[in-house]
Amino acid sequence: MKIKSVFLMAIFSVTANKLRTFLTLLGIVIGVAAVISLMSIGRGTQQAITAQIESLGTDLLFVSPKTGANLTLADADLIASDPRSDFLVAPQISAPASITFRGEETSAVVNGVTGAYGSVRNLEIGSGHFISPAHVKNRNEVVVLGYQVAKDIFDERLPINEYVSINGRRFNVIGVLEEKGGGARFGSEDGQIFVPLTTAYYRLTSERTTQGEISVSTINVQSISNSDLVDKTVEDPKEYISDILRFSHRTVEDDFSVTNLQDVINTLNEATAALVVLLGSIAGISLFVGGIGIMNIMLVSVTERTREIGIRKALGAKKRDILGQFITEAVLISVTGGVIGASFGAFISYSINRLRLFGPDFETVITADIAILALTVAGVIGLFFGIYPAARAAKLNPIDALRYE
Amino acid sequence: MVLNDRLDRLVGETSNMISLQNVTKTYQIGPSLIKALNNVNLSIEAGEMVAVMGPSGSGKSTLMNIVGCLDVPTAGTYLLKDRKVEELSENELADIRSTNIGFIFQTYNLLPRLTALANVELPLLYDGSKNTKTRALEALEKVGIDDRKNHKPSELSGGQQQRVGIARALVKNPSIILADEPTGNLDSKTGIEIMGILQDLNKNSRITVVVVTHEEEIANYNDRVITFRDGSIVSDKPVSDKILISDKYLSNRAANNEN
Repeated sequence: MKIKSVFLMAIFSVTANKLRTFLTLLGIVIGVAAVISLMSIGRGTQQAITAQIESLGTDLLFVSPKTGANLTLADADLIASDPRSDFLVAPQISAPASITFRGEETSAVVNGVTGAYGSVRNLEIGSGHFISPAHVKNRNEVVVLGYQVAKDIFDERLPINEYVSINGRRFNVIGVLEEKGGGARFGSEDGQIFVPLTTAYYRLTSERTTQGEISVSTINVQSISNSDLVDKTVEDPKEYISDILRFSHRTVEDDFSVTNLQDVINTLNEATAALVVLLGSIAGISLFVGGIGIMNIMLVSVTERTREIGIRKALGAKKRDILGQFITEAVLISVTGGVIGASFGAFISYSINRLRLFGPDFETVITADIAILALTVAGVIGLFFGIYPAARAAKLNPIDALRYE
Repeated sequence: MVLNDRLDRLVGETSNMISLQNVTKTYQIGPSLIKALNNVNLSIEAGEMVAVMGPSGSGKSTLMNIVGCLDVPTAGTYLLKDRKVEELSENELADIRSTNIGFIFQTYNLLPRLTALANVELPLLYDGSKNTKTRALEALEKVGIDDRKNHKPSELSGGQQQRVGIARALVKNPSIILADEPTGNLDSKTGIEIMGILQDLNKNSRITVVVVTHEEEIANYNDRVITFRDGSIVSDKPVSDKILISDKYLSNRAANNEN
């Protein structure tokens, strides 16, 4: 039988009972729309996280101490002063702190940093200026506020040259950062404040190593070479930095870890990919239920059309013709439902962005693979749930089928 | 292909179209074994027009199913154009039905949602034929119902529906037309008309016709009457005074139908 006539016959048959076909279709439409919209939300989350991290620059590395061990300012200097490389090094001390301004108290993460921190972490200054080497040297009690912190404390007023109290000490506000976006959820700098590293160490915390050196929480390292004259690009910065520290620490096992930003992205991607799959699977259940609906209606249809099947067989239809006819009908319903559902899902996803349902920074993402996946699954479901009813139709004995009332 | 077809026809004309040798068909219904056909021997030559009679349960329906290749005998041999049918697979049986046999039913068995034309076109769709619409229309013209080609069965009278049924049976130029009580649901005048069409196909298109009927009168429009009882043939004799329906009568009736 020609594909065209099989197809026309299937359209003719499924449109015969419009309400029934519509209701069956609805099951698939809802399933596919749910898969597409939920997966687009998942992908949106994934993209938001990745974008947040990538805004730091992928050539960024973090050196942090293992539990029970220490990293010191001397380690940072060692990496920075390595003659064969040209790393940009920004050590950092982080601790929670409470900030008070005219009796109003708020909490934020306080970071003791050096002047290099701003360029290593791609921070944009909104007003005023960032911590300078002189501040670090003189242990000045100055502070740069993250966008959200400044907004919380000062509302619309300009905070520059105002004084805030951090853990009971007066700090002069010298700058406010640009809004970084992403909210505080992903560890954005918007909710943090910055003071000179030495000030943080001597005035705000009092952690000291046994050797009496200044210990730091993290050493940020940017591995890009800034020298145009000498090529100081390091092939594997992660291993290179590790070697410097191993040599200096003289420990059997590494008492520090170096994390590539790409590693962080990969780890988070794995986690969010699992989220996307989870969301898709939950929605997939409704698609499965839709498939059962197709099977149900096809079984009814086969019983109703027993006589028709008998007639067709008497007129020369082979088993495979009948099989093909009913499978085509099932797949036609599921794929049509898939196409409508995909458009509907895309519309939902678009509406989420348009209405800013999940905040101004969140955008759902529909990629071609989600749409292709949803349509393929819809088709496969039609095929899977159509085969049994179609096989039942094809197996009918023509004599009995012709006699069926 | 064409040569084979011609050879087939030649062979068919010189030998038997249908030949049943010691055909037995049994059905298991619950604990009891029903012998629907008991050692039946029967030959029908190409170009014959035969009536099969008998009370219900006599085995004539089973005979039709076997002759029509919808079923195969439990024992014995059925030769259709010298091909052993009982050795064929389900697909080959479907092929034989498709190319050699046209069925006509008492209840017409048209697909209710298809137009007359689409119903007649249906057998052509299953073998990938070309010009299916033209051929279907030709078949409708042959039985004088082409003016109703776009009507659905529910919009046609019983006689008109049976004409469409005949058109569907002959659209593939079969060697045999099997008619199961073709006049059973029709008034006697319309029944005669239908028999006239079958006679015309038998005489002018050289199609072998087998008509199952329980009406003595309808049997008299055939060349030969075979009577069944309890699964066996009890009589097989030629009709001495076969009634021929003239073309003139047919065209008159067709004209009356219009009004």
